[in-house]
Amino acid sequence: MNTPLTPRTPLRVAVTGGTSGLGLALVEAFAARGDAVAFVARHGDAVAKVARRIAGSHGIVGDIARKDDAHAIALQVGAALGSLDVLVNNASSLGPVPLALLADTECEDFEAALATNLVGPFRLTKALLGLLAGAAREGAAVGTRPVVLNVSSDAAVTPYAGWGAYGASKAALAHLSRIWNEELGPHGIAVVAVDPGDMDTPLHALAVPDADPATLKRPGDAAREIVARIDRERAAAGARDPA
Amino acid sequence: MKAATLPVQRPRDARLLVVDADGRLAAHERADLPELLAAGDLVVANDAATLPASLSGRHLPSGATIELRLAGRTAAGAPDEAQRFSAVVFGAGDFRMRTEDRPVPPPLAPGDRLDLGPLEAEVLRTLGHPRLVEVRFAGDADAVHAGIARHGRPVQYAHLAEPLALWDVWTRIAGPPVAFEPPSAGFALDWQGLRALRGRGARFATLTHAAGLSSTGDPALDARLPFDEPYFVPAATAAAIAQARAGGGRVVAIGTTVVRALEHAASRHMGRVPPGQGLAMQKIGPTTRLQVVDVLLSGTHEPGTSHYELLRAFTDDAALLRADAALEREQYRTHEFGDSVWIEQRIALKTWRRTPALAAA
Repeated sequence: MNTPLTPRTPLRVAVTGGTSGLGLALVEAFAARGDAVAFVARHGDAVAKVARRIAGSHGIVGDIARKDDAHAIALQVGAALGSLDVLVNNASSLGPVPLALLADTECEDFEAALATNLVGPFRLTKALLGLLAGAAREGAAVGTRPVVLNVSSDAAVTPYAGWGAYGASKAALAHLSRIWNEELGPHGIAVVAVDPGDMDTPLHALAVPDADPATLKRPGDAAREIVARIDRERAAAGARDPA
Repeated sequence: MKAATLPVQRPRDARLLVVDADGRLAAHERADLPELLAAGDLVVANDAATLPASLSGRHLPSGATIELRLAGRTAAGAPDEAQRFSAVVFGAGDFRMRTEDRPVPPPLAPGDRLDLGPLEAEVLRTLGHPRLVEVRFAGDADAVHAGIARHGRPVQYAHLAEPLALWDVWTRIAGPPVAFEPPSAGFALDWQGLRALRGRGARFATLTHAAGLSSTGDPALDARLPFDEPYFVPAATAAAIAQARAGGGRVVAIGTTVVRALEHAASRHMGRVPPGQGLAMQKIGPTTRLQVVDVLLSGTHEPGTSHYELLRAFTDDAALLRADAALEREQYRTHEFGDSVWIEQRIALKTWRRTPALAAA
């Protein structure tokens, strides 16, 4: 039997794009095991509905693509959780809908994809870095470290025609994650990009309207894998003395 | 000195005036800050993020336009902790007008309702001054924080040309949003500097201190500053302080709020800083016996302010007068976004001040 000697300390978790798809499944998965979760999404009604349904969750209305929202979101995360062990940058934009060849992609649609998928996670990570670094200094004594997990895609690696804005922004996010990880490693913070696979989500339905849902991964299954990955990263050996 | 009028936290030409442990002065570039540190030293900063504490709206009984400036929390530990604040009320006008020149607000009475954009508040009582009130916001904690985040603006300063945005007043290490004005000495820190600090064998730790308003423009209110300020010392920081002191390293406080918190904690625990919460109530001045902090990094402050009084705990008045003259002569920039001073505790003061603490330990 695998009984822990001491009860697990609940984590303080923030998830963007938390009212649908993978983000919602992550909020549910963390909350179900007793973690404190703050989630962000654009639409007030959807945020209120999820916050009401999931006990102990904190709903935050904001658009990570907007510069003015980044610190307002960070403030509410800090006020709700007090510190931060896990940040999941999950909110994503497909770019042009329906999907378009790059040559047919409007510059504004390309910029919108970058704003949500690349610049937004950069800004929010930066605004939350003080909370994450504080958690790193506290965790060093017990061998845990905070984790920033950026949700990526196989489109970040494979050049699929029609997925230009999305694929390019996710590829940049994956590389951003590697550089963050190099720079923040000495301060005891892990940053990873993870491809959750093709899931039955609203975003996938926008991209591939005629896909057979039966062939797609369920968001709840992807969420369980991501939670497990985060737990592994938190405990990963090599966490250095943070400063 | 001259006012720093641009909200740039780390201008490339920022300067640092050092007052060393013998009271001697030396001029440095602030970028050289890590070079002042030695292996074993511990730098402690305040990681409080700053709330946008200025809320505009209306006093419903009179219809008058007001600004409510949140100043502190009044109900720590109570079920409605997140809803209750002390606040200073101003009349119409904005930051372009000096606080001293702002019109007075309408008379305020318990039960008065305030309409503050997405927030609604009620005056619970006045706090010994007609413009200092306790208010309670309607709604749950998340709703109150959302309202402050969306509607509030950082407390503004008349000496700055442009209004401040939230990112202008958050330090690079800003975490828990509990300060009402920025712990601005921390503007000197960035991640490159923290890396350099590690490279010199020094260590870095934080505490969280809810820095309050620095000035209200009202002499009777200003005489009561700083208000009692809650702080929190993490276990890792308490351990790092004990380790630095045991190893002969210096404790370098980034800002006066760190001095207030650490010295308050030490005064309650025989010179030791335990982890946990406290409420800094003491005023620090020339008669204060410092027990923990060896060096203060601070902005420049003018004589007569509570910040300046705190400097007098570190060094003698003759050294401070020489420093003031140098700041003036060399045109150092003052205020939140200005240059910095590094003040080491005078060896002479340290000897007699430390003796009772050692005896007690």
